[in-house]
Amino acid sequence: MSDDTVETVLELPLGDWHRAKGARMVPFAGYSMPIQYEGIMAEHLWTRESAGLFDVSHMGQVILSGDGAAEALEAIVPGDISALKEGRMRYSLLLADDGGILDDLMITAAPMALYVVVNGAVKHADIAYLRNKLPVSILLNHMEDRALLALQGPKAADALARVVPGVGRLFFMEADSFLWGEEPLWISRSGYTGEDGFEISLPAACAVAFADALAAQPEVKPIGLGARDSLRLEAGLPLYGHDLEPRIDPVQGNLSFAISKRRREEGGFAGADRILKALKDGPSWVRVGFTVDGRQPVREGAEIFDGDQVVGKITSGGFAPSVGAPIAMGYVLAAKSAIGTTLEAEVRGKRIGLTVAAMPFIPNRYHRKGATK
Amino acid sequence: MSRYFTDEHEWIDVDGNSATVGITDYAQSQLGDIVFVEVPADGAKVTKGGDAAVVESVKAASDVYAPVSGTVTEGNAALADDPSLVNSDPEGAGWFFKLQLDDASELDGLMDAAAYAAFVEGL
Repeated sequence: MSDDTVETVLELPLGDWHRAKGARMVPFAGYSMPIQYEGIMAEHLWTRESAGLFDVSHMGQVILSGDGAAEALEAIVPGDISALKEGRMRYSLLLADDGGILDDLMITAAPMALYVVVNGAVKHADIAYLRNKLPVSILLNHMEDRALLALQGPKAADALARVVPGVGRLFFMEADSFLWGEEPLWISRSGYTGEDGFEISLPAACAVAFADALAAQPEVKPIGLGARDSLRLEAGLPLYGHDLEPRIDPVQGNLSFAISKRRREEGGFAGADRILKALKDGPSWVRVGFTVDGRQPVREGAEIFDGDQVVGKITSGGFAPSVGAPIAMGYVLAAKSAIGTTLEAEVRGKRIGLTVAAMPFIPNRYHRKGATK
Repeated sequence: MSRYFTDEHEWIDVDGNSATVGITDYAQSQLGDIVFVEVPADGAKVTKGGDAAVVESVKAASDVYAPVSGTVTEGNAALADDPSLVNSDPEGAGWFFKLQLDDASELDGLMDAAAYAAFVEGL
């Protein structure tokens, strides 16, 4: 658990707030962040049944503005950004010239601009890449003076509506501006847990007061990074730097849904040759989920075998509190990727049975427009 | 019977040449929710300071070291069905394994309860 690097660990706006709530802090993405409060299992289950408050202020919040920002961004992401209506958001991928994934990100059409959220661990590299790839006429503002919170779980909407009236009008993957007193909030109905929930961008100066207001709601408890990871794994969502990396393209990453129809037809994005070919021919390797026999967790780095042959590698794995068993995610040869395929992982010299499983491992509960409850 | 502690947060109860080994309450609190424990097989030889067992929390796998050298006589089978015993009763029902000591003098460098409490206090 210890981190031997001597790099400075930076403090986020809510650092002391987490410590006062009893968090155990660890260095993560260059910041001191809460790994857990009362315990990963309890925090995970609380989020699934009530509402969990996550501090994700380490993530990069970037505004791209200027005429043609959406079209310019489309050169390095495979989504249909120019068709994105104001107040709508899309999951996308930042692509290298060879089609490898440099990051996964959320892109929202805000008034007069695009609001982009990128992963904390790679945000400086992302921003440098964006600046390098986008024309100088596109302005890029890294909003380091804003915090980012997520409120996730089936009771998140009730709890947040008491603090910020009106948020209930948002559906999944919609966003809008709201006021909390005089403080400008940017709120989206989105998250990284598979649950209904919200992500709230706010001025860092009011982060403590706003976090207090949310934590005062009876449905809400603060949740650490440990449960964030187990929640997203159950939801089948990849974690950049583990399940996605620059050698992986979107088709291998099982993220073809992020390649919009128009972009498939027109191409014109970084790595389009490789990616469109992979779409047509199928990938050689692909990201899949696994259920795991027995109770022993299978973790990142474990090799996957079919008999004596190495056919893949685990990229995320652990005990899934809501499933009540270990689960995992990893890459296997496409020929071994069909749901129900039985394979083995090797952990400390012992073989553990795996079965390729559909993801998510537990059903998503997003608040989709037009869906019946 | 005497109980000793290591600076790797194992405890060992010694009764003549037999001993029982587990991890301390401090260790379980640091690890968090225990979801799996791998104990050594009967007859396994363990070496002082060497890997003897593995304890897995939701987040990570951690090694448990042998406080002294010896031969394992029993692993705690109850942990297979209920690994959370390590959280709820780490210094009792959540024991890991029993062994026959090779050399009782290896106990000399270990801490007693008061010394271990002071050691944890200083962490």
